[in-house]
Amino acid sequence: MELKGFQELEKYDPRILEDVKKNVFFTKVDQLKAWSRTRSFWPLSFGLACCAIEMMGTGGSRFDFDRFGVIFRASPRHSDVMIVAGTVTGKMAPVLRTLYDQMPEPKWVIAMGSCATCGGPYKEAYSVLNGVDKIVPVDVYVSGCPPTPPALLDGIDKLREKIRMEARGERVTEG
Amino acid sequence: MSQELLDLIVEKIHTLQGEEVIEEAKLNFEKPMIILGSDHWNLATAKLLHDEESLQFDFLSCVTGVDYEEHMEVIYNLYSTKLDHYLYLKVKTPREEPVIMSADQVWKAADYMERETYDLLGIDFPGHWRLKRILLEDDWEGHPLRKDYITDKKALGLD
Repeated sequence: MELKGFQELEKYDPRILEDVKKNVFFTKVDQLKAWSRTRSFWPLSFGLACCAIEMMGTGGSRFDFDRFGVIFRASPRHSDVMIVAGTVTGKMAPVLRTLYDQMPEPKWVIAMGSCATCGGPYKEAYSVLNGVDKIVPVDVYVSGCPPTPPALLDGIDKLREKIRMEARGERVTEG
Repeated sequence: MSQELLDLIVEKIHTLQGEEVIEEAKLNFEKPMIILGSDHWNLATAKLLHDEESLQFDFLSCVTGVDYEEHMEVIYNLYSTKLDHYLYLKVKTPREEPVIMSADQVWKAADYMERETYDLLGIDFPGHWRLKRILLEDDWEGHPLRKDYITDKKALGLD
């Protein structure tokens, strides 16, 4: 890349030039913000059913969410991503919406498992919401019943990719 | 052991009611099980099971309702903590007007579980001190675990 102000490179000490090449890079503030956000997701632990067990397993030592900067928070006001893990019943739906509204911007939602995605085995049931996307906007859907920890890690990675792409000004419609 | 207990229960109930009222009595997974019609399920029978020296079913661990389409059934799972034995008591009731006497007065545990059965299956429990919906909203229409219940998720705002 042509560095501004460095046209007459032969005038400079070659060691300084080397240092500059190693230590200076150019980016947009948006992309820098996106990069920093993707490195520290703080999910609201929203375990509703058996998916929560897999989510806890992902947080445990074997799969270790913490190494990606994903640290579970018990308050919506601390968190920026909501992992909806489990069956959302009609009675739980307004509570979920309230918690989503309490999260500060920017915020994202991951629908984990087939219940949160579309109602799953309870599609015909009288009390279960057919997918959490009926009440909150969902960024990433993780399939499985319940999804394995690697699947959830992949979901987190997909969300990262999405945030980075959006910061570059691309519109993300499919994973 | 269980067979003797079953025979004893059948004998006691028949002596109490003065006729052969038990529709079926057999061992269900090696535990005694009896099936009664709802018109023969009364407070005296419940008290007999609870108080009789040789039975002493003092613990009601579960109440379940079933819709068999041709009739309805409520299953009381009883256990005696003093004598360590079990009884599955099934009470049959016609589907058109399902009515079963509440066991609430004998076993306090029946309170919530009968309310749940009423809520989801619409079985009436006369004698229950406060029979109203427990899981669903008070203004819910119908009883969702009945076989003829039609779930309209769009109307419920869930789809």
